[in-house]
Amino acid sequence: MPHFSGRLAIVLVPALMFSALFVAGARPRTAEPQTQKSEQKAGAITAPKTSAVPRRDLSGTWEPANGPSDGIQPDGVKAMPSDGKPEHQLPYTPYGLQAYKSHHALFGADENLPEFNNDPRDKCEPLGFPRMDFYNLRETQILQNEYKVAILYEYGTIWRIIWTDGRPAPKLTDGGVLIGNEVKEPRYYGYSVGRWVDDTTLVVETVGMMGEDRVWLDTAGRPISDQARVEERLHRVDRDHLEWSVTIDDPKMYTKPWIAMNKFPMKLENPHRDIVEQYCSPAEMENYNKRFANPASAPAGQAPQR
Amino acid sequence: MRNKLTAVLVAAIGIVTVSVPLLAHHGTAAFQNEKKVTLKGTVTEWVWSNPHCLLEFDVKGDDGNVVHWIGETQNPVSITNVGWSKSAIKAGDQVTVVLFPVKNGQPLGRVSAVTLPNGKTLMTGEGESKEVRDKLEHDARAAQPY
Repeated sequence: MPHFSGRLAIVLVPALMFSALFVAGARPRTAEPQTQKSEQKAGAITAPKTSAVPRRDLSGTWEPANGPSDGIQPDGVKAMPSDGKPEHQLPYTPYGLQAYKSHHALFGADENLPEFNNDPRDKCEPLGFPRMDFYNLRETQILQNEYKVAILYEYGTIWRIIWTDGRPAPKLTDGGVLIGNEVKEPRYYGYSVGRWVDDTTLVVETVGMMGEDRVWLDTAGRPISDQARVEERLHRVDRDHLEWSVTIDDPKMYTKPWIAMNKFPMKLENPHRDIVEQYCSPAEMENYNKRFANPASAPAGQAPQR
Repeated sequence: MRNKLTAVLVAAIGIVTVSVPLLAHHGTAAFQNEKKVTLKGTVTEWVWSNPHCLLEFDVKGDDGNVVHWIGETQNPVSITNVGWSKSAIKAGDQVTVVLFPVKNGQPLGRVSAVTLPNGKTLMTGEGESKEVRDKLEHDARAAQPY
């Protein structure tokens, strides 16, 4: 049809011109412009390709957003530090208060003298979960695949696994947890399962942790029992920011659930960042006590040791 | 013994005392939190360890007596974050150390700063304001982003 040919020409010619421009503008893959090479030299941070929020993905190296020291939590859990303020008083059961008093912490509102210290940390015992969230929370690596999320803590080079393969949380029972028909032992780092409640929020439930005879909740000596349920919410706010929240539900120690960490902000680090070890070595602890801590605590008037 | 030790310190080394508040949450009960002393000496050992790094150094008084001092810092991660490293200090280095001494008179203290043979001063941030400590962390991170 004549008018069809005319219209076709109108469409085709611009299309051909556009194609020609497109081809002319395309760069061969092997020729890298000079600016890209100089950006990749050591010390430069390589910009990721997109600023979109990764979907159901917490991967990365994360550090407290308000500074490297913001997660140390020397006086106890971030949202409820042991500072004597009434609003930071925890809802202890009578047993919980008794357990707290039996913990002679070096820090917090009821700090003790070093000679009474009985923090298992100072014997390099495993801190366990959830204390790992409340003790020197520093550069934290999160790796994941389709089955699990692994959290790698800087302190102690400790990891824990959160199953995201759909398995249910174990049931708490006497002496541990019930998985199927089998009673499994309590674990320092518990048994964690996670589910995505939306594309950016992982809700994690952990049960089956060690009891108060083995672990503390925090450096201020607050207690946690083997009957605790801990819920974490890890929410990726945007590509570079994560918010970490923790709720403690431990009817043996506390009369009601309470929030121990409330949207604690973490920021994404350069993925090439090398993380320094922070560890507890009994040999180094003994050396420190012998060379420094014991002489520093000695009564006045003694001769120097050397 | 304590009087002799004090006399050695006062007469021979030159103490500078400055009143500063120390961070209560770092377990500072054993330290004279309000007074810093400045000591010049020779490093015998720089112990990179947890829970505290230890700077061991000999201070020679005018009377010829050598007093062996130990200054502690926070753990390696914390001081790496404010610019320190294991390789920054070695045995034999002539250093100037500013520290908060312990209350009981022993030659022990918590380090505030060390000036190295090359003139560079490393600060721990102990006894400093949050602004100073934040800047130490910021500068250390800017110098080595990864």
